[in-house]
Order: sequence, then C-alpha cells, then structure tokens
Amino acid sequence: AMDTDLSSQDRKDLDKFIKFFALKTVQVIVQARLGEKICTRSSSSPTGSDWFNLAIKDIPEVTHEAKKALAGQLPAVGRSMCVEISLKTSEGDSMELEIWCLEMNEKCDKEIKVSYTVYNRLSLLLKSLLAITRVTPAYRLSRKQGHEYVILYRIYFGEVQLSGLGEGFQTVRVGTVGTPVGTITLSCAYRINLAFMSTRQFERTPPIMGIIIDHFVDRPYPSSSPMHPCNYRAGEDNGAVYPSVEDSQEVCTTSFSTSPPSQCVFTVTKAHFQTPPPVVTDTLKVPVMGLAFSYQLSSSRLSYQPAALGVGSADMGYPVLFAGGLNAAHPHQLIGPGKEGGVPLIPSQPAHGTQADQERMCTPLDGVHYSAATPSSSEDTETVSNSSEGKCGSPHDLLETIFIRKVGAFVNKPINQVTMANLDIPFAMFAPKNVELEDNDPMVNSPDSPETESPLQGSLHSEGSSGSSTGNTHDDFVMIDFKPAFSKDDILPMDLGTFYREFQNPPQLSSLSIDIGAQSMAEDLDSLPEKLAVHEKNVKEFDAFVETLQ
Amino acid sequence: PRRTCCRARSPRAAPAMNCRAEVLEVSVEGRQVEEAMLAVLHTVLLHRSTGKFHYKKEGTYSIGTVGTQDVDCDFIDFAYVRVSSEELDRALRKAVGEFKDALRNSGSDGMGQISLEFYQKKKSRWPFSDECIPWELWTIKVNVVNLANEQERQICREKVGEKLCEKIINIVEVMNRHEYLPKMPTQSEVDNVFDTSLKDVQPYLYKISYQITDSLGTSVTTTMRRLIKDTLAL
Repeated sequence: AMDTDLSSQDRKDLDKFIKFFALKTVQVIVQARLGEKICTRSSSSPTGSDWFNLAIKDIPEVTHEAKKALAGQLPAVGRSMCVEISLKTSEGDSMELEIWCLEMNEKCDKEIKVSYTVYNRLSLLLKSLLAITRVTPAYRLSRKQGHEYVILYRIYFGEVQLSGLGEGFQTVRVGTVGTPVGTITLSCAYRINLAFMSTRQFERTPPIMGIIIDHFVDRPYPSSSPMHPCNYRAGEDNGAVYPSVEDSQEVCTTSFSTSPPSQCVFTVTKAHFQTPPPVVTDTLKVPVMGLAFSYQLSSSRLSYQPAALGVGSADMGYPVLFAGGLNAAHPHQLIGPGKEGGVPLIPSQPAHGTQADQERMCTPLDGVHYSAATPSSSEDTETVSNSSEGKCGSPHDLLETIFIRKVGAFVNKPINQVTMANLDIPFAMFAPKNVELEDNDPMVNSPDSPETESPLQGSLHSEGSSGSSTGNTHDDFVMIDFKPAFSKDDILPMDLGTFYREFQNPPQLSSLSIDIGAQSMAEDLDSLPEKLAVHEKNVKEFDAFVETLQ
Repeated sequence: PRRTCCRARSPRAAPAMNCRAEVLEVSVEGRQVEEAMLAVLHTVLLHRSTGKFHYKKEGTYSIGTVGTQDVDCDFIDFAYVRVSSEELDRALRKAVGEFKDALRNSGSDGMGQISLEFYQKKKSRWPFSDECIPWELWTIKVNVVNLANEQERQICREKVGEKLCEKIINIVEVMNRHEYLPKMPTQSEVDNVFDTSLKDVQPYLYKISYQITDSLGTSVTTTMRRLIKDTLAL
C-alpha cells in the first residue's frame, strides 16, 4: 500500500470502511440463512449508526464471531475473510453449501475518492449482496430448515478453502470495489452436488433444492417472523419422500388400488417453502444410497418406472405370487404405491436377489405392509400382499407345479412329447406332482404307438393314403388362434380353446384301425386255397375219424 | 443481458449521450407476469435508490437510511429483496398492473416489453422546455406462455424461479461495472437527478413504459407511454 499517496485521514477512513464492510457482509450473509424473511425500515433522517446508508441489523453473536475471526486484521492480499455456510442434520451429518469470500487483490485505484466514491460503492456492493444471497440454492434450503436440518455458519480468516463444496461447484461474483490500497472482491462459491452424503454420487441436476430428510433439531436463533418454515402438515401438495410410519400406512392402503402396475410415480411436491414432515430416522440412513432410480433434485419429482422388472407387464397372466420373487431381482429399487403423493417403501436391508433375501423383502417393514405392484385386480390388496409374503420363499417350486403336463390313459403319444405349456387335465396344479411315476406307468405310456407330431395330426386318415402311416389330413386347414369367449381361466394356464383343440381329434384305438383289419382279411382270403388243398390230402383220415364217432 | 448504446431521445440534446441499455428476456405464465416484473424492477431500483438527502449548509449533505425486505412470490419459486418503501412499491405495482392488463387485452401472442429508464433533466432556458436525457435503460421482454396442466405449471414455477435467479445475477453484474452515474447534485440540482417526491427513499429519476408486440412481431399496435412521474413535459 502506498501510504504516501493516501492522506492519513483517508487511510483511517478506508480502514474503517473496510472493517465495517466486512462486519456488515457477515451480517447480511448469516441473516439470509436464518430461514426468516428479513425486513428493515427505511428512515429518511439518518440515525448515524447505519453504515453505508443501509438498515442492516447487527446480531451481536455474529458480530462477536466475525471480530474474533478477524482478530483486529483486515482483509488483505492472501488474507481473505470467509463465511462458510453448511447444513447439518440431526444425525450429525454435515455438508458445506457455500463459501462467501471477501478478498483483496493488489489492483489499486489511486484516483478514487475514499470518503465518497468508495463508500457509495461499498453501499452498492452490500445491496448486491442482499440480492445475491437470495438466489443461490442455499437460500431455499435455509428457508426450510428447522426440523430435519439446520444451517450453520463459520467465519474464518486466511486462505480460502473450497474443497468441501464437492465436485463442480459454481461461483457467482457479487461485485468489486477498487480502492487506493487494493480491490475488494466479494464472491460466493456454492455447491452444486446436493447429494445427501458427500461421498455418494447422484445424478447431477441444477439444484434448487436438495431433499433432505431426517428428524431434527433446534434452530440457532428463535424465529420471530410470521413464516413457520417447519411445517408438519402432510398436506395434499406436500407429499413427503419418506414419511413417518403412520403416514406411510395410510398412503399404502389408499393409493394401491388405482395405480397402473407398470408405473410408479412418487410425487414430492415442493410446496412453497414447506418442509417435509418428520420421519423415522432409523430407516433413512441406507435407502437414499445406491438406489437405482432417477433422483431429480430440481424438479422435485421422483419418477420411477420399473419396466425392467417385468412386473405389471400386461401379458403376465400368472398369479401375483410371483411379484415378490421378481422384485427381488432388483433389490435396491423402491417399490410402492403409484398414486400421487404415494410413498416409497424401503426395505431395511438391501437384498441381493437370493432366495433368502426374497423372504426378507417380503416381510413387513416397520408395520407397513410391503405391497408390490401387481397386475391383477387390486380389490383384495391385503390378501394379495399377504399371499406374496407367505409364498415368497418358494416361487420356483410353484413354477414347476403349474407347468406339469399330465398324459391321459390310452393316448397314442409318447411321454417325451409333453410340452410345458399344455395341460390336458383340468386343475392340474392341484394334482399331485408325480411326473416320475407316470413315466413308468404302462397304462399311461403306450410303448408301441407310432409317432405323431401334433394333436392336430390325428390318426383319422380315413381318406386314404394307405401307403402312408402318418397323414397330413389337416394341411388344408389354417391354424388360427382360437379364443373362445369367456373361457379364460385365471388359475390354469390353459384355456378352453386349447382343450377343445386337443380333444377334437383324439387318437384311435389301435385295434380299431382300418389298415390292420383290411390287411388281415386279404391275407385270410389268399391263404384259403392252400388250406383246402391240405385238408383234401387228409380226407381219408377225416372219414375214419367220423366213422369212429358213429 | 445484451448491451447496446442508444442516442438520447430528446431531439434537442446537444452532444449525444451514451445511454447504457440492458435487455432481459423472460418467458412466463400469465399469472407470473406481475411477480416476475416486480422482482426485476425492484432489484434494479434497489441499486438505484439512496436514502433521502438532507442538505446542510456549505453544500454538505447527509443521507437517510434505506431499509430492505424480502418478498416471496406466490406463483414462482422465487424470492427477492426490495427497498422498504410502500410508495415505491405502489408505483411499480401500478405500472406492472397496467402492463399485465395490456398484455392480456391485446389478444396477441402474449408478447410485450416493459422498460425502466433512468434519466436526468437538463433545464433549458425559456421558452424551451426541459430535456430528459436517459443514462440507463432496462428493457424486460416478456413472452407469455399458456400451459395445459398442473404438472406443467409446477415445472414452470421452478423454471421461472431459476431464470429469475439468473436475471438477478445479470443485473448485479451490470451494476458492478460502476459505469456512468450522474454526479451527486447540489441542492438546487437534486430534482434533476433524483426523484425527491417519496418520503422515505430517493431513487434516481425514472420512468416506466411498455409496449405490446402484436402477432406480427414487427410493428406495434399500441404504444403507450405512461409517465409515472409527472415532472416533465416532452
């Protein structure tokens, strides 16, 4: 600093201006993060105590902290005054949100008038600070503090430390004022990545709000404003991401019935400056992490499409019993009712897709029933979810039971042509699972029957190709998908149409087949003359036999 | 904001004076027009208002204190700071209300602009009337959008809030350039520089005008100049 160029009075004034500017800067920043609306009155007659002609209150503790940090020094080159704004949850986790830096660089403006221009420009800079403190993301967070988290400040003097702000932090310049001893710069570096924990990686989105959930804590200063940032009302437009136990139970039962299974939309509506209701803390530490869904901080809507699961696919005609098993394949996903305002339910432990974990997934969580989205009608939501819980442990067994094909007696077909999709006995799923026994049962298995390829190629080849053993009698018919009306059976994966097709052309009894009959008659006729010749040779013996009988 | 220079409006200005011009553009829903305009205008006027001057003898003066207050928007996820002066707030609301009505009644695509001009008066000798020489002009171009459903409206609330944050940062950038400001006047000149009619604060002399763009976007069907301050004759 060139003291010779600056009169001592000016130098004294300048130092005083910078000192009070620093103190007022801290007041503006901290007051902007208290969570209240600030209001000061204009006064046409100067009171003499309003620095920079602005009505900025002085909170004594804040002034005390600022003076302590400055320790009689002023911002200078390499010695910056920093106000760090951070967020702290009731669990004790904290995250730095912003660093406001009041710095001095070496660029001097010798010509400038201290008592007049510098003073007015410092006043302008404070007005800019008032404006800018309302537009960084931490402002909205701080307006909602109180129950789940609190905003804290820390003042330090020295080198600026920006490392706690996470990756990709942004900077906004509030302004600069040139002085004969250097240029004062005021700026703010703010966190972009409003992940709950600094170590977790979320999708990066422009932040207006992070959604932080937890129980919490008293505010540093009592609120005297009419605004109540801590709002416990779980109102219609204030759907919480992780509500309390009671709330989630209500939501579960009411929202389940109308949601289409293929889409679960969780709406977290950011009601104007309302905070989410308080939540049970125990379940919260784990779930936000590592969840494979798109978490949009800025739009405040969690949109989750479990398409990959296959749950809710419209052609899944099989029992809802599978829902539990399928969901286990994606254990980290949130599953829940799909209506607006619905609540995602989080398993208390992330499962890993094994059988044992499937069972865990199915157990109720904190008294709330885990309801998987299912395609069936959801009138009995309770029974469905209960059954999914009950049978969660053995979905694979169930699979085998349903898909057994039982072959009826006297059927002209080898057992090895049993296909999984065919059932020719009604209510097969309730029949005993005796696949192995049937293989050896001679009544069932006709060992000598010729091969036929499909039920449609029956053995009714009366038309004639006597030379061919198998006919393609029905070649001129085009196979169409025959869906008889009202025939859908929810229990068995076979319908009346299939049944009808199979038994339309039952295989013939072998002894009744015409080929064989015709063949033996012809043989018989041909062999007659030989037999007669033999008998004529033996006529004397026949006569002697007849005489003995008389 | 785009920065252009324009000549003084008054035809009898002697040397042309450079008037700094800034343009901001916003797209908002109909019900957001008022709050968005007020947010921008109040932020500019916060920087362009001082406390009341009290002149003492020997040409010195003292300056009153400007209070500030937070304003929360109802239709936008946004808050801003304005000068604590009910008179000033009323004046701005009146102008913005007229602009909003004109936009609604114009039947056009909902495009218009509102301008805030800071000027100095230059007194001329009789019979010539005083000149108004603008030194800073802020223009906010508005595009009114119509949204179909509640979900879109919710997104619009947030998006417009974000946009306004950007505008505030832009305004602060301009203010920080410390470019031309009228000299602090003597007591006899103060009314040529400042609006001294308010009782609690003292903004620079300003006027607000607006234009509605018709659907062709080129010519203007209605150009209305509204003089908030009845202190001059052009």
